[in-house]
Amino acid sequence: MLTYIVRRLVTAALILLGASFLVYLLTAASGDPLAEFRASNAPNRDQLMAARSNLLDLDTPAPIRYFKWLAGASQCLIPFAGTCDLGRNTANQPITAALGHALIQTLTLVTAATVLAILVGITLGIITALRQYSTLDYGVTFMAFLFFSLPIFWVAVLLKEFGAIGFNNFLRNPEIPLPAAIGIGAALGLVAAIIAGGDPKRRALIGGVVFAVVTAVLIYFSVTLWFKTPGLGPVVIGIAGVGLAYAVTLLTAGLKNRKALQSALIAVGVGLVAYFAIQPLLNQATFLMIVLLAIATVLVGVAIGYLVGGYDRGQSMRSAAITSFLVGFLIVLDRFMQAWPTYFDNSRVRGRPIATIGASTPNIEGDFWVVSLDSFTHLILPTSALVLISLAGYTRFTRASMLEIMNMDYIRTARAKGLSERTVVMRHAFRNALIPIATIVAFDIGGLIGGAVITETVFSVRGMGFLFLDGIQHVDPNPVMGVFICVAITAMVFNLIADLAYSALDPRVRVKA
Amino acid sequence: MAEQAGLQHQAAAGIEPVIEAKGLSQGQIVRKRFLGHSGAIVGLAVFAVIFVMAFTSVGYAGIPGWWKFGHETVTPLVNDGAPTSSVWPLAWGEHPFGQDRIGRDLFAMTMRGAQQSITIMVVIGLIAGLIGVVVGALSGYFRGWVEAILMRLTDVIIIVPALLLAAVMAQMANRRDEAGWFASFASTNGVLAIGIFLGLISWVGLARLMRGEFLSLREREFVDAARISGASNARIIFKHILPNAVGVLIVNVTLTMSAAILTETALSFLGVGVKSPDTSLGLLISQNQDAFSTRPWLFWYPGLFIVLICLSINFIGDGLRDAFDPRQKKFNARKAKGTGGPIAPEKTPVAAMEGTAVNESAADGTAAGGTRGA
Repeated sequence: MLTYIVRRLVTAALILLGASFLVYLLTAASGDPLAEFRASNAPNRDQLMAARSNLLDLDTPAPIRYFKWLAGASQCLIPFAGTCDLGRNTANQPITAALGHALIQTLTLVTAATVLAILVGITLGIITALRQYSTLDYGVTFMAFLFFSLPIFWVAVLLKEFGAIGFNNFLRNPEIPLPAAIGIGAALGLVAAIIAGGDPKRRALIGGVVFAVVTAVLIYFSVTLWFKTPGLGPVVIGIAGVGLAYAVTLLTAGLKNRKALQSALIAVGVGLVAYFAIQPLLNQATFLMIVLLAIATVLVGVAIGYLVGGYDRGQSMRSAAITSFLVGFLIVLDRFMQAWPTYFDNSRVRGRPIATIGASTPNIEGDFWVVSLDSFTHLILPTSALVLISLAGYTRFTRASMLEIMNMDYIRTARAKGLSERTVVMRHAFRNALIPIATIVAFDIGGLIGGAVITETVFSVRGMGFLFLDGIQHVDPNPVMGVFICVAITAMVFNLIADLAYSALDPRVRVKA
Repeated sequence: MAEQAGLQHQAAAGIEPVIEAKGLSQGQIVRKRFLGHSGAIVGLAVFAVIFVMAFTSVGYAGIPGWWKFGHETVTPLVNDGAPTSSVWPLAWGEHPFGQDRIGRDLFAMTMRGAQQSITIMVVIGLIAGLIGVVVGALSGYFRGWVEAILMRLTDVIIIVPALLLAAVMAQMANRRDEAGWFASFASTNGVLAIGIFLGLISWVGLARLMRGEFLSLREREFVDAARISGASNARIIFKHILPNAVGVLIVNVTLTMSAAILTETALSFLGVGVKSPDTSLGLLISQNQDAFSTRPWLFWYPGLFIVLICLSINFIGDGLRDAFDPRQKKFNARKAKGTGGPIAPEKTPVAAMEGTAVNESAADGTAAGGTRGA
């Protein structure tokens, strides 16, 4: 095992050396670094050219420059020495600093998108695998292919037009006309009827209920101008919490486990009490506090499950913990909604909250909630574009993996010994279907930080992709190399992790020592 | 007899009986399955229509087409450039897709762009398929140092960003003053150059897959039998192993091709792909993205054609995958539940065994999802 890892790391280092040499030469050969000055008529043209060639060290041939760069870069290997030197860009800013900034921007952009895409994709994949050859399956398959075929820059422009400009216009006067409300209700009702499955009567019933509820809610929103001053309030949190408690228990323990259901419901009750108790505290929120509160919430859930106990204490603890986390999320969501009018009327936002470019409104001032809302409204469009595009892969892959597992002998055995369908799907099939998905996820996380060049360009986010493109445009190898090294190292490390995870999760697979 | 009855009984439980394998060659089975896949057939039909329309309307390689405008022809604006086609009454009109700001016909430009995309796709498919097969076959069959060198080469190419290579190539193509053969070739056949170049870098996923196939196939008994009968290495590779790996190859070439269309449009969008005055679907969108509020049709039609081409190729690929996959059994959860559990008459072999499987599944993943530059 250890020899395997060492061998992999040594090969990776050699590959990295070769590829970085190649990338450096290619970047240096990709154009004329002085082109912008050659065209200019500025009186100090020659000085500028001399300064630039001095900065980029153009008098030295590219292969020798690479080794100079390598000497600086190799100092990064010494930990905590602070001697890391990846060169400077044309603005004379150290690449290490530029990289740090760009990395944060890119990670905020892609993290949420990837997590969402994985969660939704895997869920959809499992549902479609369980309902193979149903209307739902065909619908989702078609959507997956459609999203897979969409050019992201096209989606991005559409989203900007309809998601941002259209929605902002709507927010100016958030009244939903009655036909629109009925139309949206009917569409969602139809979707619900397709998802529901079962016999036509059950489908019609579920579809009808969803239609009625959605239409009523939309009319209520329209009448009360909810979108101006959104909020959930304790009542909605309570109702949603009970619903979540049932759903979580159904998935984690099964409704027959009354103790688990009890602990989940108690968690909702505690959450409602906490809703009132915690409001003053939330007014002074910081990011760290929210994280600590989230951990505390989960711990409270675990404690509730432990106290309620039951024949399977672990299941009670799990369902209570998940439920309390979700209720906590609802409470935070409610607080965000309370901050919405403040954000909406902010002098910098001026009533057009959904932004089309950038990562934050320049010079915005406000408390934690306003600033977070600001980055949220900036992230929502690129995130939805990325989710749409990358959803398809996960859905298809999970579906295939799940179908293969559902055909295995041990699933038949599990059914034969009389386990409930929930246990068969969630315990036996789902966990094993996750093994190949885990490797794909590791790969994608490895490719994350370099993976959104076009999205960053379209939404003007100054992340890794921007740095990379900027380097190419100025024919400056340093930023290009910085981005390349970061991307390549993460990709290789996560490839290794993917392989190791596969052999750890599936004992039939052994890595070659 | 008892065995047969047992098989039939099992087949009733959730899995459609496999009757198609009786007395049919592999080609016949594949054809039959493919023709039975409605999505693939629709995809094929849509692609055929687009193909014929794109290549006959504005002409190709000097042969004039039936459409009255070329993609560079400037004509006076009709109806302020808005599309003149209508569904009811059904009519083409003078400019069915509208015109751009200076009066070029969008239908002609879109057809020209579709031509470019299809050309690039085919070139990439051919080159990537060829190199991928050769590299994968050599490294998978001979192993040893051949494999070590070729696989390290693929590793290097996989991590070099395609965008950088495209930028380098675009730069080289632009140096028209230097009379290099590459520069003169690229300036006259810009699209072909991009296709060749993208083909030269997109074979890596295919090579890894083919290596995996060869690694598992070379251990099979029929290869031993061929070797004992005195077959040469070349004969074993081409006559015995390759026909067995052709399914994986075709499916993944198709998927590479659909990803290649998106890559080309993305590169053109970023300004390192097809350059004006020639046009491509990605370039059209890039040029017109700011005009969305005033002339939305300039944005809709090229995008629609990208999606249509890519979608139909993906459906064809899906149909091919279903047709080639011998493990494909129609498992029906609802039926299985009704009769008390799904039973596979032939057990699906466990796909993952002993190390190499990790690479295989990994390569699978990159071929499916990793090749698209988001």
